[in-house]
Amino acid sequence: MGDWAGYLTLILQGAWVTVKLTVMGCALALVVALIAGLGRVSHVAVLRWISTCYIEFFRGTSIFVQLFWIYFVLPMTGLWSPTPMQAGVMALGLNVGAYGAEVVRGAILAVPKDQYEACTAVNLTRYQKMRHIILPQALPLMLPTFGNNAIELLKATAVVSLISLSDMTFQAQIVRSQTGNTIFPFVTILILYFIMSLLISTGMRYLERRATRGLDGVR
Amino acid sequence: MTEPIIRVQDLRKSFGTLTVIDGLNFEVKKGEKLALIGPSGSGKTTILRILMTLETISGGRIEVAGEPLYHMQKNGAEVPANEAHLHKMRRHIGMVFQHFNLFPHKTVLQNITLAPMLTKGESRANADKRAGELLEMVGLSDKAGHMPSQLSGGQKQRVAIARALALNPEIMLFDEVTSALDPELVEEVLIVMKRLASETDMTMLLVTHEMSFASDFADRVLFFDKGKIVESGPPEQIFKNPQEERTRTFLRKIIAAGQHV
Repeated sequence: MGDWAGYLTLILQGAWVTVKLTVMGCALALVVALIAGLGRVSHVAVLRWISTCYIEFFRGTSIFVQLFWIYFVLPMTGLWSPTPMQAGVMALGLNVGAYGAEVVRGAILAVPKDQYEACTAVNLTRYQKMRHIILPQALPLMLPTFGNNAIELLKATAVVSLISLSDMTFQAQIVRSQTGNTIFPFVTILILYFIMSLLISTGMRYLERRATRGLDGVR
Repeated sequence: MTEPIIRVQDLRKSFGTLTVIDGLNFEVKKGEKLALIGPSGSGKTTILRILMTLETISGGRIEVAGEPLYHMQKNGAEVPANEAHLHKMRRHIGMVFQHFNLFPHKTVLQNITLAPMLTKGESRANADKRAGELLEMVGLSDKAGHMPSQLSGGQKQRVAIARALALNPEIMLFDEVTSALDPELVEEVLIVMKRLASETDMTMLLVTHEMSFASDFADRVLFFDKGKIVESGPPEQIFKNPQEERTRTFLRKIIAAGQHV
């Protein structure tokens, strides 16, 4: 019995790594998605072009390859040698951020043309229009898909075991190879992944309710 | 005669191959109340949208308060206006839309105070005070804290009028402001506009299908057809004694549809 408690601790240590990767990856993805999404609808052609390149590149190549480049190839350029955690967060954030950017762009374009015209009529600047009128209305439209993206990111964290980071999946493999028991570690991480994604979707539903408050007339 | 506040010269506007305004010339005097009438597709709404800089122009020239709207001086030459010039020129003009276009995520009060605070740097206290006066004028003092979705169409449109007035424009554009309203809500909006017309010296341009209102409201009526002014004159002339056959045909149809002129 004591052995199993030890193995469970191992898996929980991995779970903590997974949680850290997910939280920091999501934070980076969110920032990157907003910047690139706004870039996609910018009136400055260069910004549109840069954003499109970023999005197409990170959506068009595998997250494995991106992770290897950040962890193994980037240090060869002499610019930066990330720790495994930094490399993991960066690969996850940039990859999911590329998907998120398209969500941001779609939501911004989904705000009715009426609203843009009202902004012109009351003479708001481009920045004021985005900040006060368009983004607050676009945000509730982004949240459901952001929730999906966050769960996708959680599940993608397992790739970091390839760069020797001991996340939950990695630890489960260790337990399995040491005990020869397959059921125990894999059932445990199945449940843990499920709980984590449940937490994400519950949190997102809460945010959605808050963000749409007022729009339906209830404050 | 004083300098006109709006001068439109040889204005042309096409959408692709469709020409909606074709060599239009007219002037509006300061303080004048002008009604633009005509069949749908005659280009009257497009003119208001052009004046609000919601469209671009295909040719010609517009001056507002003595300055070109779509052109600006650069190194001694006249070039197409940039965003900064348009921003400066828009201060002269306010607009009320057919579908109100209120900001759904802001309260009634915030809808009115947002632009004065952002674009004119007004303090919240001043903006709130002015909004309170405007809400009283449009008869909605009790709705300041409501969200737009809690209001009726007529109430929304009155808020939209207050929002436009909050910026103190010299020129107000009203684009079919009662067309989207249920019939029983039209009156409350018209009452506000009549008061506005009689109590202020603001220049007002009104696109409308309410002929009797146009007749009460306007100093001068422009009858449009196919992107051109067919006839212009005081309401008595246009509605009681139109000179042009096309005007007469249009009015006959309107009367046949049940409107009083």
